[in-house]
Amino acid sequence: MLRLELRPAPSAAASLATPLVAIALTLVSGAILFAALGRDPAEGFRAFFVEPSSSAYGLAELMLKAGPLMLIGTGLAIGYRANVWNIGAEGQLVLGAIAGTGVALAFDESDSLLVLPGMFLAGALAGAAWAAIPAWLRTRFNANEILTSLMLVYIAQLLLSWLVHGPWRDPQGFNFPQSKLFAEAALLAPWFEGLRVTNAFLIAIAGVAIGWLVIERSFLGFRLRVSGEAPDAARYAGFDAKRAVWVGMLAGGLAAGIAGVAEVAGPVGQLTPNVSPGYGFAAIIAAFVGRLRPIGIVFASLLIALLYLGGESAQIALNLPAAITGVFQGMLLIYLLAADVLIRYRVRFGHRRARA
Amino acid sequence: MRPRSSFRVVRFAAAAALGLALAAGAQAQEPLKIGLVYVSPVGDAGWTYQHDLARKAIEQKFGNKVQVKYVESVAEGADSERVIRELAQSGHKLIFATSFGYMNPTIKVAKGFPNVAFEHATGYKTDRNVAIYNARFYEGRYLAGVVAGKQTRSNVLGYVAAFPIPEVLQGINAFTRGARSVNPKAEVKVIWTNSWYDPGKEREAAMTLISQGADVLTHHTDSTATVKAADEKAVYAIGYHSDMSKFGPKAHLTASTHDWTNYYLETTQRVLDGKWKSGAVWGGIKDGYVKLAPMNPVVSKETQDLVKKLEGEIVAGKLHPYAGPVKDNAGKERVPAGKTMTDDEMQKMDYYVEGVQGKLPK
Repeated sequence: MLRLELRPAPSAAASLATPLVAIALTLVSGAILFAALGRDPAEGFRAFFVEPSSSAYGLAELMLKAGPLMLIGTGLAIGYRANVWNIGAEGQLVLGAIAGTGVALAFDESDSLLVLPGMFLAGALAGAAWAAIPAWLRTRFNANEILTSLMLVYIAQLLLSWLVHGPWRDPQGFNFPQSKLFAEAALLAPWFEGLRVTNAFLIAIAGVAIGWLVIERSFLGFRLRVSGEAPDAARYAGFDAKRAVWVGMLAGGLAAGIAGVAEVAGPVGQLTPNVSPGYGFAAIIAAFVGRLRPIGIVFASLLIALLYLGGESAQIALNLPAAITGVFQGMLLIYLLAADVLIRYRVRFGHRRARA
Repeated sequence: MRPRSSFRVVRFAAAAALGLALAAGAQAQEPLKIGLVYVSPVGDAGWTYQHDLARKAIEQKFGNKVQVKYVESVAEGADSERVIRELAQSGHKLIFATSFGYMNPTIKVAKGFPNVAFEHATGYKTDRNVAIYNARFYEGRYLAGVVAGKQTRSNVLGYVAAFPIPEVLQGINAFTRGARSVNPKAEVKVIWTNSWYDPGKEREAAMTLISQGADVLTHHTDSTATVKAADEKAVYAIGYHSDMSKFGPKAHLTASTHDWTNYYLETTQRVLDGKWKSGAVWGGIKDGYVKLAPMNPVVSKETQDLVKKLEGEIVAGKLHPYAGPVKDNAGKERVPAGKTMTDDEMQKMDYYVEGVQGKLPK
């Protein structure tokens, strides 16, 4: 029979091989899935992976979609490495979008170049402030941040809903729940006419780079990691556990807040009741598929973004229902995460076979 | 010709005939590619389901003259713009964007594809190649209210509603006026779910209304949870969007349903003929856009006949759910006797009429 045996040390070879194993498994099961639905598997893979990435527009969309994921994923990873579980990035993103919109609407008449930086600053602070609530509850009352940060997502969404139905509703908008469209000065200009990718992508890359420095190269990152992996040792070494909570939560909140502004100032161009297509939650997957390392998170984000786009193009090209594209996406992610077990364990056959 | 209601926003709509570009001869043999964008999965009932019925009708009627694709569960944010653009880019010449939140993305994409006809449901912005269409859901609501008013014993009616936008308020108020036209003692209680689709919350809201004495429920949300809850608690319910009788056979009195088939077939025909033009359509029972589902046998013959008669009067233009006097529930007169509310006033509705309990969330 099959059994797993702990490796003495995580295997470097396996950590390179597991993504390939996962992809191979996905291709095989994907082929079966498409064939079972009467679609040509080759067409299916083409729609999922080639179509979205084979045009300038597709690549720009890939960046548009992957940017917020990698930014938030990196922010979250800083906390996750310290065992600080911020599940509420979605709410922090919403707060960022709200604060950015506040600035945009307040300076609606202005054409100052400072409007956009002001929006990003306000959004970053608002995201961080929203993340500070669970951090405070955790450090002050030892309240579980998984629950509190998640609950705050719902509060953030209701706050957003109230704003767009009430005070910030576009007076010219027939009472529909959305803000007015932002003025030119509050919008990120696309790099190229007709494409939607903006400097927000550079901000995301810069955020990932900073995250990389913090996680991989700084003493702060080392202390966070020790707090996460060996809390007793961290305490013995005099590392402040509360500080780890604060840093971990605020990093995620900051990143999510910035991503929120990038949405309203970028592709959406106004505040609507659903500004985020779930980036705050998808970023958690990106963080883990990327093994909590910034470089990995970049690739994971690109992959998840590609799966989103691929899901749409598969619907258009093959008339596959959305649920099937969801199954395919889930398959790849599960294989990726499951294959990781091979890094720490090796597979053994047969030794302790049960008697027949 | 279908009468085209005149929204004030039609000022956006230059009546430029797009048909010229569309009629370009070479495409004559190729099938017309049509794309639809849905906000939720098609499912078994609900908003998207009704649009999908119309899609199937297109396929059935036009056969190999058309090739129809749809994309479901497209969020009303940045993603929708990409999906709409992809459909336009991949040669779809007629695109139905079936949710309000697709409005600005549709307008943006349409600018880059002057030869594609865009049809946006329930919005208010048009362009030379963007038309809008909507249904007078409130007419069905009024009739549903009549049924509810006749059927209630407690004189408390419950309404599970998503968001306090004019379209939803038109429904609540018309339902209330319908009920009170046959039962002046009827009162309507409303619970807001703040979500178009959240079966858990909808069910909870329905249960709360029942515990507050409501014995006929209806809803303006996408799931069948309200009808199911009513069935479980042995009270009555009136479905919305689709005929929901199979989700609560005992409870389901009727449903106020939408039927986009006529509109989709006519629009497709116009594009095929090269005669499509931008415009704004707001059709009602008369146009076949709004229908009542078959009645539950517990509804008396007398009530059924009354509803038939009123339906005929609405079609004939003799009865309007918002014919004055209309008073709001704070006692202020909104429409004086002898006048009828204009389309424009309905589009801006932001109050409850007399008979609805409580205050609107602001």
